[in-house]
Amino acid sequence: MTDVLTPVLSAGWADDRAWTLEAYTARGGYRALGKALEMAPADLIELVKESGLRGRGGAGFPTGMKWSFIPKDNPNPTYLVVNADESEPGTCKDIPLMMASPHTLVEGVIIASRAIGAQTAFIYVRGEVLHVVRRLRAAVREAYEAGHLGTDIGGSGQNLELVVHAGAGAYICGEETALLDSLEGRRGQPRLRPPFPAVAGLYASPTVINNVESIASVPAIVDHGIEWFGSMGTEKSKGFTLYSLSGHVKRPGQYEAPLGITLRELLELGGGLRDGSELKFWTPGGSSTPILTAEHLDVPLDYEGVGAAGSMLGTKALQVFDQTTSVVRCVLRWTEFYKHESCGKCTPCREGTWWLVQVLRRLDSGEGRTGDIELLQELCGNILGRSFCALGDGATSPITSAIQHFRDEFEAGMHTPSSELFPPAASTLFAAEVTA
Amino acid sequence: MTLEANPEAQAPAELVTVTIDDVGISVPKGTLVIRAAELLGIEIPRFCDHPLLEPVGACRQCLVDVPDAGNGRGFPKPQASCTIEVAPGMVVRTHATSEVAAAAQRGTLEFLLVNHPLDCPVCDKGGECPLQNQAMSHGRGESRFHETKRTFAKPVPVSAQVLLDRERCVLCARCTRFSDQIAGDPFIALVERGASQQIGVGPSTDHRGSDDTTGTEPFHSYFSGNTIQICPVGALTSADYRFRSRPFDLVSVPSVAEHDACGAAVRIDHRRGAVMRRLAGDEPEVNEEWISDKDRFAFTWTRQDDRLRTPLVRDENGELQPMSWPGALAVAGRLLEGVRGSVGVLPGGRLTLEDAHAWSAFARISLGTNDVDFRSRAVGPEEADFLAAHVAGRGLDVTYADLERTRRVVLVALEPEDEASAIFLRLRKAVRARGLKVVTIASHRSRGSEKLSAELVPAVPGHETEALAALDLGAGDVVLVGERAALVPGLLSAVAALNGPRIAWVPRRAGDRAAVEAGLLPNLLPGARPVTEAEARADLAAAWQVAGIPGIRGRDVVGIVDDAADHALQGLVVGGVEVGDLPDPARARAALAGAQVVISLEVRRSEVTDHADVVLPVAPPVEKSGTFVTWEGRRRPFDTALHEPGSVTDTRVLAGIAEEMGRPIGFRTTADALADHDSVGRWDGQHPEGPSAAAAAPTRPPAGHVVVSTWRQLVDDGRGQDGQAEYKATARRPVARASAATWSSLGVAAGGTVVLGGSAAFPAVVDDLPDDVVWVPGNNGVNLRELGLGHGSTTTAGSGDDA
Repeated sequence: MTDVLTPVLSAGWADDRAWTLEAYTARGGYRALGKALEMAPADLIELVKESGLRGRGGAGFPTGMKWSFIPKDNPNPTYLVVNADESEPGTCKDIPLMMASPHTLVEGVIIASRAIGAQTAFIYVRGEVLHVVRRLRAAVREAYEAGHLGTDIGGSGQNLELVVHAGAGAYICGEETALLDSLEGRRGQPRLRPPFPAVAGLYASPTVINNVESIASVPAIVDHGIEWFGSMGTEKSKGFTLYSLSGHVKRPGQYEAPLGITLRELLELGGGLRDGSELKFWTPGGSSTPILTAEHLDVPLDYEGVGAAGSMLGTKALQVFDQTTSVVRCVLRWTEFYKHESCGKCTPCREGTWWLVQVLRRLDSGEGRTGDIELLQELCGNILGRSFCALGDGATSPITSAIQHFRDEFEAGMHTPSSELFPPAASTLFAAEVTA
Repeated sequence: MTLEANPEAQAPAELVTVTIDDVGISVPKGTLVIRAAELLGIEIPRFCDHPLLEPVGACRQCLVDVPDAGNGRGFPKPQASCTIEVAPGMVVRTHATSEVAAAAQRGTLEFLLVNHPLDCPVCDKGGECPLQNQAMSHGRGESRFHETKRTFAKPVPVSAQVLLDRERCVLCARCTRFSDQIAGDPFIALVERGASQQIGVGPSTDHRGSDDTTGTEPFHSYFSGNTIQICPVGALTSADYRFRSRPFDLVSVPSVAEHDACGAAVRIDHRRGAVMRRLAGDEPEVNEEWISDKDRFAFTWTRQDDRLRTPLVRDENGELQPMSWPGALAVAGRLLEGVRGSVGVLPGGRLTLEDAHAWSAFARISLGTNDVDFRSRAVGPEEADFLAAHVAGRGLDVTYADLERTRRVVLVALEPEDEASAIFLRLRKAVRARGLKVVTIASHRSRGSEKLSAELVPAVPGHETEALAALDLGAGDVVLVGERAALVPGLLSAVAALNGPRIAWVPRRAGDRAAVEAGLLPNLLPGARPVTEAEARADLAAAWQVAGIPGIRGRDVVGIVDDAADHALQGLVVGGVEVGDLPDPARARAALAGAQVVISLEVRRSEVTDHADVVLPVAPPVEKSGTFVTWEGRRRPFDTALHEPGSVTDTRVLAGIAEEMGRPIGFRTTADALADHDSVGRWDGQHPEGPSAAAAAPTRPPAGHVVVSTWRQLVDDGRGQDGQAEYKATARRPVARASAATWSSLGVAAGGTVVLGGSAAFPAVVDDLPDDVVWVPGNNGVNLRELGLGHGSTTTAGSGDDA
């Protein structure tokens, strides 16, 4: 089964000191940059467009199309901003990538900046991951020293300044316009659109904001071509991607595979669920994507397949939960996260998550009241589609999907605490020792 | 609420036709759906939306269903009508016709109430609260929220005047957007996140002149009170009005603010004979929906203990004794008749047009003199001629709307933020919206100038004339010249000689322009008639049916005071004049003491009272009707708010004295005064020649001396602000500003103390001023006039710190 994997981004992660320029170059790193510098920017955009690369941050918007939205006649400078504010519960692909091979991202940034005509680029990194910030900064320094950044890169006349910016640790700053506000030194809250970032983004200038993995995928496309890229994945969801397997699985981690692989295949690659476990529910792409169950094991994990199953591919953060897990408790934890991270700008998300948590706590402790399930559904209905940005919508997904699949557990919350139905220790890594 | 007027809409704007709740309407392109709905009379509930603030889309109360965005496709989700612009063919369904919209609005309302306290019965806003109204009309009868509400300590003072109740706040960001966008004082901001989000005061910055004693930068904005008014809940309350009354117990009367020449619309709310608060009125042509804190909070000056309630007449022992109105008028008439022909008249600059006209008629007809001057402030030789030639009788000339659409505005000896707040806000609006260019000729870039992004043309006080000459001005420029220009040799002459730009005189007091129109100047009669024009006098005499009008140019305020002090004038009739405001207060005291007859018409006891033979109490604006004339020349009529029996106008008092003298002015009431002013009308003859004085030669003050730059700040020690401790606590800290080189040459340490004129001590702050110039506030802590100091004066300066 190992041939199912297609390690591209992760190919060199196991190399000795893989994060250094030396190791990266030894593997053929920055070869794509040389090719890109010989291509016209418009051709680069066309290449990425034709490759079918879609945004790996969750929404799946075609990357090349995003680049082509940059107006050509705007007198302001154009900026490239890399969204490295990976904060969604369960999502853990960008941070390992930046730790293991920061130069893949740096090379992608240089190529993408050339394509869109940016002379300044920013990588906005989640504030908590100081080790990643350090590693990125070291890589950027190496790239400057090697002449890959700065003025007249590789004698091509291409200039690029790359700034690694550490956020202050707010989930909302993963929302691209909130990220821009934060990057400008303001409080991170989403902006009104229009104007869209492509027209008036960072410092009111044309701006492309891409996810780390999207940008990191670009060098390989430039190096190996779009046919090679298109040979992987499905018709509408092309290429390889990082699937992050976590939870009650024997070998959690990053599994780089073509889009369209199924959870069943990935679980096999991951050694299956822990002994004695059976799959109860899972998230296809982080906590803000509606949960799926064992009946969805063969859903192709691409944008269309997961959408058809009533969820979203999201960040491909596959959190796998077995039968020991209380879905009510799990949903409560996620909702507590959204309440804590709600930026407060709009009423539905701010007040709704405040209320939801209190109802869920009641159900979790077995003190639910008649009508609480309907109340949860109504509150979610009042948040979904009415909040200012997509984060409000995301906060409702785990609740509504959990009620859909496991309504009986919520009903049990009217009389029995989740800790009795699903003793927390049983879900832990040390469950065997505790229960023995 | 209406569409924001587009001043440049000479050509019709491109129209877009949309359908809202099955009714079609055509509105200008770019109109927000919520505004278009208003035009149809459909009120979509909202909290964060405000027509004068940029949209934010935060509260989500105004959600509507858009089944067709104009392209045949609908939005899958309800849209915030406050952020979405109309599109041709768009179909919108509000809560009136769409269950989707209605459900969305109900949901948002329920969320807003989750963390809102149920304290309406004790909340200032209760009874006039948009959230309460919305909850009553569209909310659930019973709350479904039985869980724990968010709680905060409360109230938190964001300034001495504005108190914040964070539990009531619905985080609509109206106050923060107002402070940032309209006032330019972003001292409050949203902080924290989620349900913990709240309005916060920033940490202390190193802002020039900030009073850094608390570790925070308080919400020191001249316009802070507007945030209280636009707060859609009771989160922001004023220390002054908090818990004082219920909206439904108040009687509201529209009125006009009396503190500056802007004519801002206010609403006076009173109860049982006392004004409880003032709010901004909605007057798109003047102040839009904003007023300064002075206009809002400074209304208790009329009910201080020193308020005069009955006429007083000095008895043979020199004591003032109460007397009946007929008696007092008779005494005043007899005394004045005895000195007729030798009486100076100082009516002050706070009169309505009607009262000013009565004063003018009283001086000319009853006293037979042109010794009349409304200017209770430092004056210069050119001003009266400038006013006669270029201001009087010009009608409505440069307007607020003109300021908004012009290319460039040049401020000459004018500090709008302090002296004309509605102008300041209008200029700032145009600067932000249209990139209006503001140029200021001043000693330094003030905070107000910074907020207007003004280009500074630095000038040593007294030498602004050269700076003006250096500007290349033409059509499309508007020059606003302030009252201090009178003190600069050649400046008003130079302004008058400008060819191309439009000019406007912006005085500081509410009655100044009306006084000019009524001819309360030694060289000017009502209706822009020059005193020295025989034809103009004859015209006026005919209108007044009197034998003649004195034809000699009278004494101005300086002449009146000097001659009274020297006994060359035997009588003085003084209106609302503070002795400390006059050019030379000491000399004025000598004049009051020396004059044989002093008649005082005042609202409250003043220094004049101490010298008056007859004191005749007159009504403050709130107790009378009348018309203020703005700097533009716009008439701003207002009605009586408080009907106080026994409170009489200047007009009625002067008419009474005139009749006792047997020289009636021909009218007694406010209405008749205005009718008389209008029937006298504007003279159709030539405007007189303006002044033509030369600029002063550049000089340097002697060692140890400095040139004073100064103006009166909005919040200062003026008596019109008495009785409002919290408001006055928001005054800017009085400091002296000068360049580091100037401080160093004077031996004053920056941060130390400087002493001006031998006695006035101020903290010394380094700022970018020309050498040898020190700026100090006019009457904040120290009244400079008492030291004989004004704009352009030279005085001693030295360190006040122990060596």
